Amino acid sequence: MKKSNFSYLLLFAASLMIAATFTSCGPKDEDMKAGLTKKIQAMPDMQGVMVDVKDAVVTISGEVKDDATKALCETTVKGAKGVKSVVNNCTVTPPPVEAPVVIAADDPLTKGVNDAISSYSGVKADVKDGVVTLTGDIKKAELKTLMMSLNTLKPKKIDNQLVIK
Amino acid sequence: MALLDKYKSLTDAATASGVTRLQVREQDNVLYIDGNAPSGAVKDQLWNIYNTIDPDFRAGDLVMNINVTGIIEGTKLKVVTASSNLNIRKGPGTDQPIVGKAAHNEIVTLVSRASDQWWLVRTDAGEEGYSYAQYLTPA
Repeated sequence: MKKSNFSYLLLFAASLMIAATFTSCGPKDEDMKAGLTKKIQAMPDMQGVMVDVKDAVVTISGEVKDDATKALCETTVKGAKGVKSVVNNCTVTPPPVEAPVVIAADDPLTKGVNDAISSYSGVKADVKDGVVTLTGDIKKAELKTLMMSLNTLKPKKIDNQLVIK
Repeated sequence: MALLDKYKSLTDAATASGVTRLQVREQDNVLYIDGNAPSGAVKDQLWNIYNTIDPDFRAGDLVMNINVTGIIEGTKLKVVTASSNLNIRKGPGTDQPIVGKAAHNEIVTLVSRASDQWWLVRTDAGEEGYSYAQYLTPA
């Protein structure tokens, strides 16, 4: 009975030592990389961030939308177990345009264009698929005012072929 | 992205001069700049920069929709036609009958803004109707 108790004790001590050995070394680089990649890519706005680990030094890279997100990337990996230090190589790229540009339909656009040019006797306009084509002639001093009006009508583009008098 | 570079001084000026709700978007080789200017002078300044970058607005690669904010009901407006009278119409559109006229440089009162193009105004003589907003500026 005594002998058997002793051997259990030995086994227990051995397992403690093994556990201690593994804990002090920390997770291996590859495991850390996998874990941190999963963790960071689950965060909002960090799907494009890459993680690399070498000797417990974590390098993060990729594009993020702003400085706050870049800082948060670093905080996210810094707190993880076994991380010695973090090299933050993330670059800040502002997000591309939010909503697509709304172009007016030809009917209201044509009406608006006709209103705008009505007081310029020499100006003619044609509207097709949102593109306003201006022909005829205009005084230089009046061109800016006319363009200001036309630009509020949400055209796709304005093709100015007017001859300046 | 080339258009953003071409008109960079314009968008920078818009930001610096306090244009709100500023949106700069590029789509199908046209740059669209939208925003609200704090005054008519700021809007005019931006248009002058545009005219410097693209003399006489020939390139057809920019649509700049800048409106002036802060023009509320009761604002006194000056008629800024080239020289002629400003038509006051029954409804918002040049197909609407003319119900009155305001002289060049006359001061009228804003009743409401029907759209960005057509504003309902009242003259000192009591005539009320729609006029083209481009010819009205805060007095």
